[in-house]
Amino acid sequence: MSKAREAKAAKIRQLMETEGDAVGTSTRGFNQGRYESVQTLDDYEGLKADAREIKEDAIDRLPELLDQLRDTIEENGGTMYIADDAADANRYIREVCEDKDAERVVKSKSMTSEEIEVNDELEAADVDVVETDLGEWVLQVADEAPSHIVAPAIHKSREAIADLFNETFEPAEPLETAEELTMFAREQLGELIEGADVGMTGANFITADTGTMALVTSEGNARKTAVVPDTHVAVAGVEKVIPSVEDLQPFIELIGKSGTGQNITSYISLLTPPVDSPTVDFDDPETPITETETDRDFHLVLIDNGRLDMRDDEQLRETLYCIRCSACSNVCANFQHVGGHAFGGETYSGGIGTGWEAGVEGLDSAAEFNDLCTGCSRCTTACPVNIDIPWINTVVRDRVNRGEVSEVDWLVEGLTPDEEPGGVSLQKRFFGNFETAAKVGSLFAPVSNWVAQSSVSRDLLERFLGIDARRELPSFQRETLKDWFDARDSRVQDATRTAVLYPDVYTNHVQVERGKAAVRALEALGVDVVVPDVRSSGRAPLSQGMIATAEDHAHDVYAGLAEYIDEGRDIVVIEPSDLAMFDSEYEKFLPEKSFQRLSESSYEVMEYVYGLLENGAPADALQTADGTEVAYHSHCQQRTLGLEGHTEAVLSDLGYDVATSDVECCGMAGSFGYKSEYYELSMDVGSELQGQFQTDETRDRTVVASGTSCLEQLDSLLRRPSRHPVELVAPRR
Amino acid sequence: MSTGTVATFEDSLERLEVGWTHASPGEVGTVLREVCDDPAVGVELPYDGVELPSWVNTDPTPADLRDANAGITAAGIGIADYGSVVVQGTPDGVEPVSLFGDLHVAVLRESDIVSGMPEAFEWLGEEFRTGHDSAIIATGPSATADMGALVKGAHGPKDVHVVILDE
Repeated sequence: MSKAREAKAAKIRQLMETEGDAVGTSTRGFNQGRYESVQTLDDYEGLKADAREIKEDAIDRLPELLDQLRDTIEENGGTMYIADDAADANRYIREVCEDKDAERVVKSKSMTSEEIEVNDELEAADVDVVETDLGEWVLQVADEAPSHIVAPAIHKSREAIADLFNETFEPAEPLETAEELTMFAREQLGELIEGADVGMTGANFITADTGTMALVTSEGNARKTAVVPDTHVAVAGVEKVIPSVEDLQPFIELIGKSGTGQNITSYISLLTPPVDSPTVDFDDPETPITETETDRDFHLVLIDNGRLDMRDDEQLRETLYCIRCSACSNVCANFQHVGGHAFGGETYSGGIGTGWEAGVEGLDSAAEFNDLCTGCSRCTTACPVNIDIPWINTVVRDRVNRGEVSEVDWLVEGLTPDEEPGGVSLQKRFFGNFETAAKVGSLFAPVSNWVAQSSVSRDLLERFLGIDARRELPSFQRETLKDWFDARDSRVQDATRTAVLYPDVYTNHVQVERGKAAVRALEALGVDVVVPDVRSSGRAPLSQGMIATAEDHAHDVYAGLAEYIDEGRDIVVIEPSDLAMFDSEYEKFLPEKSFQRLSESSYEVMEYVYGLLENGAPADALQTADGTEVAYHSHCQQRTLGLEGHTEAVLSDLGYDVATSDVECCGMAGSFGYKSEYYELSMDVGSELQGQFQTDETRDRTVVASGTSCLEQLDSLLRRPSRHPVELVAPRR
Repeated sequence: MSTGTVATFEDSLERLEVGWTHASPGEVGTVLREVCDDPAVGVELPYDGVELPSWVNTDPTPADLRDANAGITAAGIGIADYGSVVVQGTPDGVEPVSLFGDLHVAVLRESDIVSGMPEAFEWLGEEFRTGHDSAIIATGPSATADMGALVKGAHGPKDVHVVILDE
């Protein structure tokens, strides 16, 4: 393994050991809470669409809204300052504190203030800064960085926090329970808030019409921070402005549910500062609060720091719609296992963190963790503003690739007929051009497989391509699906429908049996099938951030299928990640009409079988069962497309007893699990699926899975074999 | 507002483990005595015929706030779907009074309960445009999970009680 890969693997290994359990327990809880709490909404999708629309409009009209907001804030008696960058913001905030002769600033949680590192600036100016959010305070005491954008100390267990407090504060009675720790923190921080001169908050949203900011919290520290001292400084990115108070509604309904799975957080503070509430001056504890001279001062510091450039960047612009709810972190299998200390940059973490880091800090920071997004797409339906987070990760990967120093390109040149400039790593180029490798592999099989599996080859593969030697390589079949199909005659007369079975690269070269089964199943149900010679979908290069190559594939695939579609043939796809290309990513590559045509004509194979059976095709033409127990693992992208249920329904209708896994991803995710720096993480993620299929209830069940990667991962996790569900139901011949 | 809305509001409070009591204007004092421990602070209620009892300190100092066991305020509206009460900051100190005590008692007219968030924001938009400058949508007590398990009562109240004023 190269030194860089080794170092990355070691860091991931260490975080999985030290923080993985704590992060995993909380994020999985948040994620489950999200699934449950969004069920309480009458129209979840409608609310997301509303939220999206408001953000699109707000970012579109941002300069205008900022002007309006400035007028409103000034009319209200506050001050608005737009800071170009972190240094500018810090200088302004320091000067406000110096003008007030502030000795102590109390803060409620704000990611933007972390981004600009304002605490360092103030402390250098001898201002005491106290984080009052309990999680943030733990980190301030421990001198550690947040590992999650909403629950910053998620990586620390209760025991670790108790040890920290007991060592640092030496309380008379050692603290132990969460209740004791919370009450101790409440007391300590309560006193610090009482003596504060300036309160600093973030702002989740700011409305241009009234200058009202919304703070989404649960502890009550933001309320105290805003009401107790007479000076309130709010720090937020310029993208937080929305047009009106009414526009807050969908966000308020979505943010808690999407983030920590709460219906709503305890407090939504809606403040139009400077507010009328009296200050609470604990320096003068005996004067009634209504008699205190209240002369409030309010400063809204809005931060550009790269955001206005992101607005002009067609690909990164969507990042600005992010409401920082953390859904994309919580749903992400990789994040659940390593947390934000690996899956994060300078400030931001999780799936959307890549977009933020690329825009705010630069590509280097984004490149640190961008590869941890496998493109599984589970975050896209979790995101309350429908951001295509995997796409942002792909774009950033592409940009990182293009900026990388060239490796020895000649070595895989023959195997990499791609559209990419030099600079893409050998590892990425190899995986990105898997179709070519597969063709060569089949041509020389089985010799190519023996050679590839030899210890010398594995050593070379690991050294030059970073393909982990612990991973079994796919075994290329000499006879491809296409070869097999061409050498046989169709068995269908009087076809009820006609279809193309898309020969994806894995089905065609590696998992040929599932392709044959699909042909047999479709023919048994009266479908006339053809298997044409069509290029691979481009999923492989896309997952390596090779966008130009993927786009080239898209044009070829469309050209290869268009005439069949015009003939009235349906396009049946076995590999879910390829279907997801047709249904989602091709929208970026093809003209709208072409995309629509291909997407509307394409079906996942079991979805197609489901449709045939629903329309009267004879179920007994397939292999029915009498309660055969099956353990089914769907595919991440298939679930995102909403197509998991079709497989379950077909199996149930045919008499199988189905138990379905509920992990977000198997951990393999295409090439990810092969890469030596990520192999152990991939197996750690896979261990959840392994656990679910080894309970008393599931351990004897026949294992079926829809995706190639999932099948490969299951083969390495379980002793019993696994196969595609269509192999289970297809007639034997 | 319909009976259905009130029932939904009560169901939501139940789910949040927030207590509630119905009271006529004349009964408010008795109800407050039952749910509040001394010392209690409060802000006069803007409802006809309703006065806070004399044992409620309506002109608290910072020291009184620090020592308060209960804080009594009015709520502008209740939101049935969520069991939320909307507490509006005023110059006479609704915000600090509702925040510092261990128990927050929110007194709310039954007719001010709205069904959901869209209705609440319709009302809030109007309030903010006509000069009100702060409102807290408060749902249950303050809480945190930052110390390894969910704990009620972080920086704010540990408990909430809602008095629904029947008219």
